[in-house]
Amino acid sequence: MIEYAIFFAGICYGAALLLDLWRIAVGPDAADRILALDTMVVNVIALLVLYGLWRGTAVYFEAAMLFAMVGFVSTVAYCRFILRGDIIE
Amino acid sequence: MEFIAELLISLFLVVSGVFGFVGSYGLVKLKDSVQRLHAPTKATTLGVGGVLIASMLFFFLDTGHISIHEILIALFLFLTAPITANFIAKTYMVANLKQEKLPKSSSECGWSIYDKPPSSDEDS
Repeated sequence: MIEYAIFFAGICYGAALLLDLWRIAVGPDAADRILALDTMVVNVIALLVLYGLWRGTAVYFEAAMLFAMVGFVSTVAYCRFILRGDIIE
Repeated sequence: MEFIAELLISLFLVVSGVFGFVGSYGLVKLKDSVQRLHAPTKATTLGVGGVLIASMLFFFLDTGHISIHEILIALFLFLTAPITANFIAKTYMVANLKQEKLPKSSSECGWSIYDKPPSSDEDS
């Protein structure tokens, strides 16, 4: 039963990633694109944890943690670049 | 593993999957950029939170040890979500809102995106 639930959640997050990709391609504003990238990072974290759950190993938590950190830093850097034209002043 | 535990884990997984999809569907469906800021917060809190709770339950029942990786990830995401939302809202304001349209700021230094930061004594 858990396996089917993992598959269902994985399909949901995969479809969510596709919708985010569509918003990145269409998004009229830079803010929309940054927001869609941030959402993609969150969805990929969920997918990594799901994959670890499916395999039954705890290895993928480190990958998810690293992804969370890099995603936050990249979002802030992109925002600062749009805001000030420079990342570190 | 007991049937009740499997049912609980599956329930958390399904709920989190639905919320993750709803977050991105709102990102596509909502009309305005500022409205779109609202939708992905569901994917961050309920979606990833549900997956992490399910994973904590699974590994606790599987090995008997409580794993705290999940709490770390959830804590990090919940701490950084408001900061990124604030930055994205500022980016939108810089691109689309003129200063004359906004009400006057109540602080001495004005709006942080239009006015210079207050200079300290060491600078001058």
